[in-house]
Amino acid sequence: MSKPRVAIFDFACCEGCQLQIVNLEEELLNLIDVVDVVEWREAMSEQSHEYDIAIIEGSITREEDAKRLEIIRSRAKILIALGACATMGGVNKLKNNFDLNEVKECVYGDDASMPHLDTAMTKGVDEVVEVDAMIHGCPIDRKEFTYIIRSLLMGKKPEIPEWPVCVECKAKGNPCLWEYDQVCLGPVIRAGCDARCPSNGFRCFGCRGYVDNPNINAAKDVIDKYGLTVEDLKEKMILFGSTKGPTNE
Amino acid sequence: MSKDLNINVKHVTRVEGHGNIVVDAKNGKIEKCEWQVPEAPRFFEAMVRGLDYTDIQTVVSRICGICSITHSLAATKAIEDALDIEVSEQADKLRILMHYSEQLQSHTLHVGYLAVPDFFGAPSVVPLVPKATEEVLAIVRAHRVANEWSDLIAGRTTHPVTLIPGGLTKIPTEQQLRDQQAVLKDTLKDLAAIAEATLSVAANIPDFERDTEYVSITHPDVYTFYHGDITSQDAKENVHIRDWESVANEYVHPQSTAKWCKWNRSEYACGALARFNNNADQLTDNSKALAKTFGLEKGCCNPYMNTIAQLIECVHIVETSIQLIDELLTTGLKAETVKTTGKAGKGSGCVEAPRGILFHTYEFDKNGKCVGANCCIPTNQNHANIQADFEKLVPEIIDEGEDAVRQKMEMLVRSYDPCISCSTHMLNVDFV
Repeated sequence: MSKPRVAIFDFACCEGCQLQIVNLEEELLNLIDVVDVVEWREAMSEQSHEYDIAIIEGSITREEDAKRLEIIRSRAKILIALGACATMGGVNKLKNNFDLNEVKECVYGDDASMPHLDTAMTKGVDEVVEVDAMIHGCPIDRKEFTYIIRSLLMGKKPEIPEWPVCVECKAKGNPCLWEYDQVCLGPVIRAGCDARCPSNGFRCFGCRGYVDNPNINAAKDVIDKYGLTVEDLKEKMILFGSTKGPTNE
Repeated sequence: MSKDLNINVKHVTRVEGHGNIVVDAKNGKIEKCEWQVPEAPRFFEAMVRGLDYTDIQTVVSRICGICSITHSLAATKAIEDALDIEVSEQADKLRILMHYSEQLQSHTLHVGYLAVPDFFGAPSVVPLVPKATEEVLAIVRAHRVANEWSDLIAGRTTHPVTLIPGGLTKIPTEQQLRDQQAVLKDTLKDLAAIAEATLSVAANIPDFERDTEYVSITHPDVYTFYHGDITSQDAKENVHIRDWESVANEYVHPQSTAKWCKWNRSEYACGALARFNNNADQLTDNSKALAKTFGLEKGCCNPYMNTIAQLIECVHIVETSIQLIDELLTTGLKAETVKTTGKAGKGSGCVEAPRGILFHTYEFDKNGKCVGANCCIPTNQNHANIQADFEKLVPEIIDEGEDAVRQKMEMLVRSYDPCISCSTHMLNVDFV
């Protein structure tokens, strides 16, 4: 049986998630034994239009990029969204909170009307094409990446945590950052990161997106206990979800 | 050989971000020779407005995955400058260690995975695995060591989490630092193996020179990446980082309507070669000796040698870090609590990214909310220089034929280690 052909593509992003693939180091050498990487612009010169699995990094911010993504989708059997920019628009969605013309003027001044500087509302990959699997995080977790790729190669559906970051954080015995006046999003954000940020003394800022069914009432109890509001929490979520939330309450 | 060239490289490979090369020549006459950057603009300076000063470094880290620690450090220094926040000597040293970890990570990535395969005539590092297994494994190990080192001090390999205005949220233990030091001593052996492999193909580094202005920071005591003033061989006196805009002088190019940078000449270069040219006397003895084996001397103006300057910096960084860890252990680590408050102010931060000098400026209102930002990244500062190199290089090698010209132009772009995603407010585009 021939090896599955994998192509990696990048759109508007920092390319830090691709870097995590490079950061697999020795493990990457094992992975390229079982798949045939046919296109990966950041790491290789070879290019191809024939692939089975397309891995998409970055968010979609221009019409021309949406068209390119649609072509990739039509060629791939499996399409994977890699990292927060692809899974939910990522930090680029902050732009959507402003008037786009004003954003262009702010950055480019008198040159703002040039056509090549045009920009549209930022979208995650799933807002443009159908996505078969999501690899969450900003950046992605390397172990989760290999787990998801291996599962898909074996025809299995990867299991992604459906519980909040607090679960992993508590299991590690970390002191709660709410006790240290930090507005930590642990109660409502999807786990799977091993609570890396709170374990390093920095609040969770939501890079893996909201957990599918957040226990809003429990989160509210926490917010009330510390004298804050849902709005305070949402303001901190703005880093990685803009105004897109699980509830309007 | 035909003197016609029709080169259209849409998206140069093995660089971070998207860049194009377009050359059109007929009968030896060059009609078009351009370096273009079609990266999707991301508007960071507009997006950070309204954010609290404690959130800025987390957002702007995402300007670039490869130099995320550098962007966070530049931002944090700018915020501290704006809000008069003091940082302890211990935190300062740990931040420099954090910064070195990223320099090693980025340099190893660029030298090992992106640039040196060209010297071997390979399209990527993958075909080199069976041919030079030990050397490739040395690169992989050095890269892993750098990443684990970032993990230890920055809390994460990419996009640091421990770095906050005023200090760090978490510090390593003394034992962890001792272990890190032992690992770094082994890394010196891997770097020696990488250097030897690179030296064996150094004859394939194109012999091309173009005199230009080299811009970096400089410090009286150390070969600096973190503290210092801005300098170049043309500068009459060094410039304080708060005045960086008088160095970068971003302008619109008359032909391409693009923002480029210039200081004392019509273009300048930044990066490892600029740092080497300005500060080489401050390198460690072993780094100086390595430079000598490659024939790299102060005043070198072969841009392809930037890759070699990075390799030399790797040795310097690791040796200096071993010493820095000694200093930290001698003093002993102390837990520190960081408490800061927002207020009005404007400040700048400047650090050397692996690929060159980086500037960030922020302004805050009385509540510490951001009201304005300006970032100028090294790749922007190199674009005009890449274009000027192209214009001198192509006529010199036009007789070598289209494939060779394309290859040398791609190699030239790669040698600058461009980081095009960093396009925060700049684009040099002239669509054909």
